[in-house]
Amino acid sequence: MAAHLKKRVYEEFTKVVQQQHEELSAKKLRLAKPSKSAALHVDLCKAASPADALQHLLHFARRPVEVESVEGVVRILLEHYYKENDASVRLKIASLLGLLSKTAGFSPDCIMDDAINTLQNEKSHQVLAQLLDTLLVIGTKLTENPPVRMRLVEVACKHLTDSSHGVRNKCLQLIGCLGPVEKGVAKEVESQSAKDVQKIIGDHFNDQDPRVRTAAIKAMLQLHERGLKLQQAIYCQACKLLADDYEQVRSAAVQLIWVLSQLYPESIVPIPSSNEEIRLVDDAFGKICHMVSDGSWVVRVQAAKLLGSMQQVSSHFLEQTLDKKLMSDLRRKRTAHERAKELYSSGEFSSGRKWGDDAPKEEIDTGAVNLIESGACGAFVHGLEDEMYEVRIAAVEALCMLAQSSPAFAEKCLDFLVDMFNDEIEEVRLQSIHTMRKISHNITLREDQLDTVLAVLEDSSRDIREALHELLCCTNVSTKEGIHLALVELLKNLTKYPTDRESIWKCLKFLGSRHPTLVLPLVPELLSTHPFFDTPEPDMDDPAYIAVLVLIFNAAKSCPTMPALFSDHTFRHYAYLRDSLSHLVPALRLPGRKLVSSPVSPSITPSEDPCQQFLHQSLERVYNLQHLDPQGVQELLEFTIRDLQRLGELQSELAGMADFTATYLQCQLLLIKALQEKLWNVAAPLYLKQNVLASAAAKQILEETYKMEFMYSGVESRQVVIIHHMRLQAKALQLIVTARTTRGAEPLFGMCEKFLQEVDSFQRCFISELPHMQGSFVDKLLDLMPRLVTSKPSEVVKILQTTLRQSTFLHLPLPEQLHRATATIIEPTGESDNPLRFTSGLVVALDVDATLEHVQDPQGTVKVQVLYPDGQAQLIHPKPADFRNPGPGRHRLITQVYLSHTAWTEPCQIEVRLLLAYNSNRSKAAKISKSSWSDSMDALPPSENAIEGTIPFSKPVKVYIMPKPARR
Amino acid sequence: LSSVSLGAGAGQDVGRSCILVSIAGKNVMLDCGMHMGYNDDRRFPDFSYITQNGRLTDFLDCVIISHFHLDHCGALPYFSEMVGYDGPIYMTHPTKAICPILLEDYRKITVDKKGETNFFTSQMIKDCMKKVVAVHLHQTVQVDEELEIKAYYAGHVLGAAMFQIKVGCESVVYTGDYNMTPDRHLGAAWIDKCRPDLLISESTYATTIRDSKRCRERDFLKKVHETVERGGKVLIPVFALGRAQELCILLETFWERMNLKAPIYFSTGLTEKANHYYKLFITWTNQKIRKTFVQRNMFEFKHIKAFDRAYADNPGPMVVFATPGMLHAGQSLQIFRKWAGNEKNMVIMPGYCVQGTVGHKILSGQRKLEMEGRQILEVKMQVEYMSFSAHADAKGIMQLIRQAEPRNVLLVHGEAKKMEFLKQKIEQEFHVNCYMPANGETTTIFTNPSIPVDISLGLLKRETAIGLLPDAKKPKLMHGTLIMKDNSFRLVSSEQALKELGLTEHQLRFTCRVHIQDPRKEHETGLRVYNHLKAILKDYSVQHLPDGSITVESILIQATAHSEDQGTKVLLVSWTYQDEELGSYLTSLLKKGLPQSTA
Repeated sequence: MAAHLKKRVYEEFTKVVQQQHEELSAKKLRLAKPSKSAALHVDLCKAASPADALQHLLHFARRPVEVESVEGVVRILLEHYYKENDASVRLKIASLLGLLSKTAGFSPDCIMDDAINTLQNEKSHQVLAQLLDTLLVIGTKLTENPPVRMRLVEVACKHLTDSSHGVRNKCLQLIGCLGPVEKGVAKEVESQSAKDVQKIIGDHFNDQDPRVRTAAIKAMLQLHERGLKLQQAIYCQACKLLADDYEQVRSAAVQLIWVLSQLYPESIVPIPSSNEEIRLVDDAFGKICHMVSDGSWVVRVQAAKLLGSMQQVSSHFLEQTLDKKLMSDLRRKRTAHERAKELYSSGEFSSGRKWGDDAPKEEIDTGAVNLIESGACGAFVHGLEDEMYEVRIAAVEALCMLAQSSPAFAEKCLDFLVDMFNDEIEEVRLQSIHTMRKISHNITLREDQLDTVLAVLEDSSRDIREALHELLCCTNVSTKEGIHLALVELLKNLTKYPTDRESIWKCLKFLGSRHPTLVLPLVPELLSTHPFFDTPEPDMDDPAYIAVLVLIFNAAKSCPTMPALFSDHTFRHYAYLRDSLSHLVPALRLPGRKLVSSPVSPSITPSEDPCQQFLHQSLERVYNLQHLDPQGVQELLEFTIRDLQRLGELQSELAGMADFTATYLQCQLLLIKALQEKLWNVAAPLYLKQNVLASAAAKQILEETYKMEFMYSGVESRQVVIIHHMRLQAKALQLIVTARTTRGAEPLFGMCEKFLQEVDSFQRCFISELPHMQGSFVDKLLDLMPRLVTSKPSEVVKILQTTLRQSTFLHLPLPEQLHRATATIIEPTGESDNPLRFTSGLVVALDVDATLEHVQDPQGTVKVQVLYPDGQAQLIHPKPADFRNPGPGRHRLITQVYLSHTAWTEPCQIEVRLLLAYNSNRSKAAKISKSSWSDSMDALPPSENAIEGTIPFSKPVKVYIMPKPARR
Repeated sequence: LSSVSLGAGAGQDVGRSCILVSIAGKNVMLDCGMHMGYNDDRRFPDFSYITQNGRLTDFLDCVIISHFHLDHCGALPYFSEMVGYDGPIYMTHPTKAICPILLEDYRKITVDKKGETNFFTSQMIKDCMKKVVAVHLHQTVQVDEELEIKAYYAGHVLGAAMFQIKVGCESVVYTGDYNMTPDRHLGAAWIDKCRPDLLISESTYATTIRDSKRCRERDFLKKVHETVERGGKVLIPVFALGRAQELCILLETFWERMNLKAPIYFSTGLTEKANHYYKLFITWTNQKIRKTFVQRNMFEFKHIKAFDRAYADNPGPMVVFATPGMLHAGQSLQIFRKWAGNEKNMVIMPGYCVQGTVGHKILSGQRKLEMEGRQILEVKMQVEYMSFSAHADAKGIMQLIRQAEPRNVLLVHGEAKKMEFLKQKIEQEFHVNCYMPANGETTTIFTNPSIPVDISLGLLKRETAIGLLPDAKKPKLMHGTLIMKDNSFRLVSSEQALKELGLTEHQLRFTCRVHIQDPRKEHETGLRVYNHLKAILKDYSVQHLPDGSITVESILIQATAHSEDQGTKVLLVSWTYQDEELGSYLTSLLKKGLPQSTA
């Protein structure tokens, strides 16, 4: 058969060769561009040595091959394959076959027979392995063809007896990827072979080569992933593999055991060396726990990670993982945790410790001590103490997952988590704080634990402190001393790191509202009121005092008796804080004071919020009154804009919406104003000033539209249309203004054409939205389109002018959620009077720390701009790693900006600010239309669509610097 | 067969580690420590025990030092220079760097302060260090052609190592002191599954299972922090090397993390020199230090400064590390006397204190101390005890045994009673023999060495071709000739063996006569026999030769008439030695007689 095939192949290609030679000999024919396959063939034929041939193949592999010629190339390669004596060349050919069959659109079933045939006569193990790899590629391309897969699996089974590990490896991989998994179809045949596949792979669990063992386990896992239900019998075999000498085998075996424990959690397995039986999932849990103290850290990480997802394990086993019997000189000793707990329960807190406090107590029966537990004992104790932080993190994660599903376990693991707050690696500390937060609904902190937690508040890392604040927001504290302690520590934190102000206030807000009854007895002390004497009124601007008030007011919300304890100035301060920090201070029902909002507050639902109502009403007004005289419209717009801006300042949750609409109205206002100019009636050159005004208006509108499009998150396509429409109007305005000011029609030609193109693309992008835009500028324009295309620029301008003036004003629908991207630079603060001195010509690093809210994809869009006093501007792209994501919608940029300048005589201020870069190619319109209009979009000239720019979105911060001349 | 003898040290005692191992004819000395408790001859091991007459250099193949603590290396200059040893001494690079500093310090105290004579000199220390060969972790060092050693990381102190000693296929692992839990500056001990014949493990904490280190660290930091916040001064008496560095790192990182400003001082001298080496041997430290040293070497302390005598009187909070650790003399005692009167201050004892020292007194609660010159010192400052020990506990020892999977375990460096418990546990859990010899006792361990035999590829292929595929789990029978020559074993085919040995091949033939009652003619009998055999031995080639004889494979059968009785035919069966199996089968077959002919 093979011989016959070979012959056929030879026959086929002798022809090609001849033609090829002819072509080459006649130089004229070079224009006919020989096909790639042919060129390769010639190259290979000419190759004098194997090294030469290898070079040709390598060269060939660098270029892509068209789908049509793949088969031809494959045939040529196969022909050479049979002729080739050198194994390395055959190897390369085999790998090329695999690459080629990956070509998209090529169906490799036509070359499968040939590929299988090559296997038969191959002697080199490496080439065999490579060929099997090729078959694997072919097989994965033909997954829908069961007979083919069956055949490949058979081939693989045949080669499983090969003496080389590489070949066996590939065979197992092949079986794993292609072995039949369907049970239902053709039951007799399939189920029979399915069983076989598992058995065949299982037999290789004992292979002499560790790589093959690993491959066997991986193949088994692969089968599982593809949906085959593994047999329980494998469990025993897998358990034996846990004691393997090689880490990759153990690592894979741990995975396999985990998979099996998830498949058969409830089946019963016997415990060796005794006649008891336990659930499989418990047994597996114990075994994986054992691997947490494995010699290889890779296995330890793997084991620790998997523990987290074994939630069916019984609580008895789970609790053992935290158990470690201490002893000293054979006497039982209590752990520090136990001692702490005891101290706490005996009511004695923070006693001075005596030596011998930890003195061992009762004698231990030597027989009863089990030094190496078979079960889960102390797995997490080991994992959390591991020397590799990867293992510790994995253990903390696993603890988190298990504690989330089991409150009892959460309570128990608390001590250990608290201990992790003191890890030497910040990442681990952070992770354990986050974990604690996630399980906080299940736990109540004891005082001594709280003490340890709070000690971390002094950490110099902002991330840690903020994470801790978040944790405190949702912790349950058991006693009033606890609350007091927390408050004291938070205030200490505040004095040490004043930048944490907001975060601490927020934290106290939640702390107060969660524990009103615990705060109540503390109130007199906190406010330092005295039953008989008036105490001095505290400073209202003191952040610490505000912090205390935030705690108290939030507690008072659900504790009506509390306001009775307030002194007069507290009420005044309440009123002030309620206004200035409304997001932190809730509305209180205070005696003797009828607050307008308080009776309403319980009944309002978000949609009926008066602010929201106000917003909608004012917008309604604007949209209805468009037919008034221009003067009236302008005034109304001005007032509405002012209202909206104020609303945005007051109501933070509506700020995005209010700003967005205000910006839109602003654009409209500018447009109206520009169109009101008298210049339209007079000869242009005479009114140069107005001219400037109008063109400035057009420019500003353009800018604002970009802001609207890119600075807000939650903008939907409906809004994008309107924004683009506004931009189109601005462009029209620009065109008109230019037409008025420039003489001669030449430059206008280009501009008109460009504008019309834009109209065209607008139409194509937003065709689905056009019906909603009755009577708008673009609607009218599109009606006139045929005329516009044929007319002269001057006419076009005239038409535009009239349409612009007649067009109605589009209603801007509001999306559900709209947030404006904001950025606050925390550092540098801009308050320092000490200039940053450095030698000119060298660089100085300036730490920039900023929080970003509602920025999508900050890594790509946020830039830092540095403006020097001489007007020189520098744009810095922060590294992606400089961005952290502490919460949804929030980002934090911590980066270093390198400054440099030539020498100055005096220190001067530079400005640092953040910019939001945009690129209209990435615009939402493009994204939205991509699906339906991808072809036409591609056809658009890129220059037209790619407008790049930046929007400043943070307040600039001034930094005092002083480049000194270099000393020589 | 390898034997271990404990050269008057280690055994069931802490201090003066010195172990002599004879393994497959090689003698290795492990550690060469001194005993802190004695000031006479007993402080050094008794080297006359090793060899009564003859030089040590001739007897010992090498000396291995596990780490720089004096109870493991203190007797080295005495041993090499005064007793006389010129062979190689192996230790790791950090040990080699730090060991002479400690030895010099030890010499100074003994000679200069106590005024002893007949002690080793500075020059001797230098000469001794010249004999040292430094090794890297996991580097296999070939001491001679057969003996090789390999170091593994042991934690404990900087540069501490466990050593695997291997001769042929016999091996011993000596742990020295080790620590299975990582600390602030060192990682955990680690060994691969080397399956040694014997594991010699320390067992200082044979009966202790320790609590997590984190609680202790947190307690320590909290106490220091609170005292400093109160404006008090903290005194931490330490020994210069080892724990001191751990505590420094701990405080340094805490200061860094918490942004504290109070000064930390370290009394100068010995420590500074040693600290220098800690900075250099970053690869020997734990993960955190190794990963961050590019930004900043953790041992380049930012907050810890050198101490000056005058600083002790400075107002305000401070933390001072001062030597020695037991408050019995020197700087730590001076500072203690200055600060003891103030209840705001605190002293933290980070380790064990010997009876009779000030440290021990204050730890046991004594508040009034009598100093020299009849002075009474009232101690008002707080006294804290905080144990930071870097030895493996019972669990750690078990874990190491689990990792290494030795065939025998030998416990040293611990107390007999405690070791008894651990021994029992080890035997119970791992089912291996465990020994705990006393000082000077010799333990002999019988090994079951596997002997490697070279086999030619041709023979191997030929033999494996017969029968089934090789199975790792089952033994397989092979035919060949074993040649033992020049201390090596080779399995070769018999032809090859003959050729090599210059022998000619002799053929061994067995012949056997079988008598059969058959009245027929000879050739007819032959034919009958032929037919019979043909019918039975279907798989073999049975041939009837023209001369009337029959061959079955290479076995020849001839039928002749009995010289006396014509009715009896004699069948002559002859086979070579190689065909013994078939030959004997044939004879037994023929002895049963031929079937009654049907013809």
